[in-house]
Amino acid sequence: MSAVQAPGVASQIRHELIGLSGVVERNVYLVKRYIWWDVAFMLWTIANTLTIVFIARGLDVSAAEQNELATKFLVGGVIWAFLGIIFEIVTETVAWERWEGTIEYTFMAPVSRPVHLFGMGLFAVLYGLVRAAILFVAVVAFIGIDVPNANYTAALATLALASISFIGIGMMTAVLPLISPEKGTQLGYIAQGLMLVVSGVYYEVTVLPEWMQWIAKISPATYALRAIRDQILNGAAISWDDIWPLLVIGAVSVPLGLFVFRTGERYAKQHGKLKRSG
Amino acid sequence: MYAVEVHNLRKEFVRKKGRRRTRVAAIDGVSFTMERGECVAILGQNGSGKSTLVRLLSTLLLDDGGSAHVFGHDARRDTRAVRRLVNRVSVEASFFKKMSAAENLAYAARFYGMMPSQTRRSIPEILERVGFPAERRNDAMEHLSRGMQQKVALARALLTSPVLLLLDEPTTGLDPRSKLEVQEFVREIRALHDSTILLCTHDMNEAEALADRVGILDRGRLLFLEPVDDVKERYGVATLEAAFFTATGRTFEDEKSEEDEEREVYA
Repeated sequence: MSAVQAPGVASQIRHELIGLSGVVERNVYLVKRYIWWDVAFMLWTIANTLTIVFIARGLDVSAAEQNELATKFLVGGVIWAFLGIIFEIVTETVAWERWEGTIEYTFMAPVSRPVHLFGMGLFAVLYGLVRAAILFVAVVAFIGIDVPNANYTAALATLALASISFIGIGMMTAVLPLISPEKGTQLGYIAQGLMLVVSGVYYEVTVLPEWMQWIAKISPATYALRAIRDQILNGAAISWDDIWPLLVIGAVSVPLGLFVFRTGERYAKQHGKLKRSG
Repeated sequence: MYAVEVHNLRKEFVRKKGRRRTRVAAIDGVSFTMERGECVAILGQNGSGKSTLVRLLSTLLLDDGGSAHVFGHDARRDTRAVRRLVNRVSVEASFFKKMSAAENLAYAARFYGMMPSQTRRSIPEILERVGFPAERRNDAMEHLSRGMQQKVALARALLTSPVLLLLDEPTTGLDPRSKLEVQEFVREIRALHDSTILLCTHDMNEAEALADRVGILDRGRLLFLEPVDDVKERYGVATLEAAFFTATGRTFEDEKSEEDEEREVYA
């Protein structure tokens, strides 16, 4: 009987890849439909980053030092914005679908949860990279930062590599709207803020209290910020010293993120929390 | 092998009142089977447990006892196999409201392994079959009437060729014409496809018109599941409504108790 025949491995992989492309495709549709809201949000992000970068211009230091500080602030602002997009989109895995009422249809579909989440993560990285590039170019053009040696390829590669860890952490926060439909999404933003506070987003990690510096060691943003600043200011290549911590944190955070999400999904199914009104 | 085999199924929800936590049974020891190709209607008031039953069969809830199998696959343990076989139309036509009907269907189809080359052909076909106007295919869902949205919901379920179709009050809130169109389409699915249909509704006429067997779910308990004529004969009545009254001592429109109201929130 065809209804009870299990598909082969190749067929299953093909099925999962089509499902993954569907998640990306859906997000592209949504970006198209909300494009003017995205433009407005982009303008807000640029304005927000400028408020930080202009601080460097007001300092009583040499022009070269001002340029270096402005670049450091800019990299911090870009990473903050990039991380914000990753967390926002991955968290929307649950939050947006709950709001639209589609979550039950998505969760009863025959696509594995890791593929579903990676689809969201993949789109988030692609979309986040485009926004990060626009933000960087816009601020540089506006404020006139001079970075002649910048190694943009290395910076983009570092950001993409750090994204693996960011997605893993994002998966952990994505489950929060399942547990608290009202406040879960906001808790995701708290996680983003806490991660950047300990990672030296606009300052050196060394200015933090010692206990915070210990936490900074397990934050992927610490290594991403350090590496990208070096790559933009000094044209540094990708350094193994920054890569291996990102790989290790990614190797831990992704399985942990999937475990946390699965646990949350199970809790939601046990207590009827998937339902929109629940 | 049965298309659906439910044995002593139980689902409870925890209700908090101050510091007190009590458990409310939304599904209370339900057992029944369905043959392949059969259409079974489960009748019940709001909060009777119909939607909980549908959610348990579609792997959206974990049971607290008993078992549910779809074509031999355990709905709790073998979720992936069950999901391949099942699709659902619920009372809320849930869609991404800014996306069009075609975009929403494409998104749903990818999860069932359908490539863009397939959906370019099949989406217009299925929308035409449910009577959805071609010129509105690319309109955002938020600009469509409730009846049209429900047609897209039916198209979404059928696009994936489900072997078991779960219809959870698919015509509630529709105007009489849309209601008849949806019912006609359900008949067409039965005539043309090899689908097994579980229809949960509180519309007794709809149940009588579409189903081979009818059951009444009352406060989480399945009182019976039989052909309509057998039900009428068993209770010595002329209508399903009278059978409900005889079986429960209440009418469908009776005022609900506090416990019923609470059950309605969950079930």
